[in-house]
Amino acid sequence: MIRHASLLLGLTLAAIAATAAYAAGPDLGAVQQSSTNWPAIGMFLFFVLATLGITYKAAKGTKSAADFYAAGGGISAGTNALAIAGDYMSAASFLGISGLVYTSGFDGLIYSTGFLVGWPIVLFLIAERLRNLGKFTFADVASFRLDQTAIRIISATGTLVVVAFYLIAQMVGAGKLIQLLFGLPYLYAVIIVGVLMIVYVAFGGMKATTWVQVIKACLLLGGATFMAGAVLYFYGFNPEILFKKAVEVHPKGEAIMAPGGLVSNPIEAISLGVGLMFGTAGLPHILMRFFTVSDAQAARKSVFYATGLIGYFYILTFIIGFGGIALLMSDPSYFKLGAAGTFDKLKDMVGGTNMVAVNLANAVGGPYFLGFISAVAFATILAVVAGLTLAGASAVSHDLYAQVFARGRTSEAAEVRLSKIAAVVIGIVAIVLGYIFENQNVAFMVGLAFSVAASCNFPVLAMSILWRGTTTWGALAGGLVGLVAAVTMVVLSKAVWVTTFGHPAALFPYDNPALFSMPLAFATIFVVSLMDRSRRAQRERAAFEAQYVRSETGIGAAGAHAH
Amino acid sequence: MSGSTAGRVGGRVTPIGAASAGGVDPQIERIARSPEFQQLVSERTRFSWILTGLMLVVYFGFIGLIAFDKSVMAIKVGGATASLGLFLGVFVILFAFLLTGIYVARANTRFDALSDDLKRRVGR
Repeated sequence: MIRHASLLLGLTLAAIAATAAYAAGPDLGAVQQSSTNWPAIGMFLFFVLATLGITYKAAKGTKSAADFYAAGGGISAGTNALAIAGDYMSAASFLGISGLVYTSGFDGLIYSTGFLVGWPIVLFLIAERLRNLGKFTFADVASFRLDQTAIRIISATGTLVVVAFYLIAQMVGAGKLIQLLFGLPYLYAVIIVGVLMIVYVAFGGMKATTWVQVIKACLLLGGATFMAGAVLYFYGFNPEILFKKAVEVHPKGEAIMAPGGLVSNPIEAISLGVGLMFGTAGLPHILMRFFTVSDAQAARKSVFYATGLIGYFYILTFIIGFGGIALLMSDPSYFKLGAAGTFDKLKDMVGGTNMVAVNLANAVGGPYFLGFISAVAFATILAVVAGLTLAGASAVSHDLYAQVFARGRTSEAAEVRLSKIAAVVIGIVAIVLGYIFENQNVAFMVGLAFSVAASCNFPVLAMSILWRGTTTWGALAGGLVGLVAAVTMVVLSKAVWVTTFGHPAALFPYDNPALFSMPLAFATIFVVSLMDRSRRAQRERAAFEAQYVRSETGIGAAGAHAH
Repeated sequence: MSGSTAGRVGGRVTPIGAASAGGVDPQIERIARSPEFQQLVSERTRFSWILTGLMLVVYFGFIGLIAFDKSVMAIKVGGATASLGLFLGVFVILFAFLLTGIYVARANTRFDALSDDLKRRVGR
């Protein structure tokens, strides 16, 4: 049942070592299918049964549109924080960052910090205002005083593009991971993920999605805590001894404690940072979570707790990566041995370097803990794709159908029904795309999703909330320019132009476009809005006052019953 | 981007929030002009932009050091194995969390009190 030649595996791993450098979002690369892992499958089935039970209960309690999109606005700050963390901590960041720490040491921290520092920005500039102005999607907020049709089209487009790229990366990752961990064929894995996410979203809406994310966050944080704790236990809870041991056994020696090859070009480094930081503030499935709480106070607290949980998680992945170096590198049983029993510590790990966390689970907790971590990794993917599917389905039903096509003349029941149909369609499309992209390099896709979020969604949202002068034409033009610029620059970069299309040289020199595409979007919104002398533009500027009062105080906000 | 034709595309006038089509709601006007609202907004805006600025400086300072001066990051702290870069990386993570904590503490006390004052005054 070996689906990939091992030569291909070796080549891909080498390519990952080279390209994972710049593409934001380490991915899983090519893998081999292993023998069927029954403890892992058993634990995963238990998770599926539990979440399906919750979905059944949630479906019975989901009647109105507010129930479906926003869990009735009744989620507490603590629960929402766990769900945000569950939505955000992907399998790629768990396995990919610990793998990156394993191969390069310090460089893994560059991703860990980048994925975290967007959260304070979300809190200071976006979260409370979003809750005060919106109902179900961030397009509600961006179109508050601007033209419904135009702004919902650009917001929904931005949402669907981000969801599509993110979803492809997750589906391909899921297929490979499950092939490797559970010993199931790739296509089965992709279908299982697709069907489950359809069931969660279409039947249980935001309530079921929230609880899937909460359970997953608890499992992942619990599992990672145990693993990092076990690693530290081996070294007497003294990180210094762990680092010393790691430096001793790592082929790069002392170099793992300092920045390596990940950041060689300053512009590239800053562009990556801009994309990660502001992309977080434009991810539609994350922004949607702020409508599930009762008011701005709860939105604020949930970001604070979520930042703590996510930061803690990234520190754990760092310890796990170092634990992998210290505990696995000198043990040949975790490597594919070459002739004469030799192996390359960086390239020959069983399952590839992204399996560091999984192999470490075996080393510190035995086969049942390995099964547990494998099941957690699967659950992690499910929670992330469910959040993405819900965000995509909401953009289709609440933004495009209800406001653009039906022009607001539709019933709540019809809108929710369409949302469920959209969830089914998105799920099927995701399965098909996951199948098509099986052997493509998807490492750049999470980075692209972040870049589009930073260059289209974030500028449109931020400018419509924060700047009085923003007009429909400005927001529409700026969002479109940001979207097209980000996608074009990525297509012309090395990851797509050279690696996928096989052209000899990249036309755009950097792998991360955000440093250029995001300011371009902001500048376009600014200039076009200034030039806009239409009657509508005057009305929109005049309407800022009312929006401003509501965004700052919550007076008149939807569903703010808690006062 | 000719502004003169822009107004008609989209065509539909959507009622906006509390504002009527004719002009600004007098209630909104009254809140916006009130000293309580002015104070709340100016204090909170200043505070959030200061914290945003601090986060940007710390994070891009960290990235800048990695990009421009790798040798600083490799310095050993106190003769041990752990490098300065490692401490700075963990510091960035803790700093981000700390900033959100500072904001929430300030918002829970000062800004919520100002906001409650305002709501009492406008008779909500």
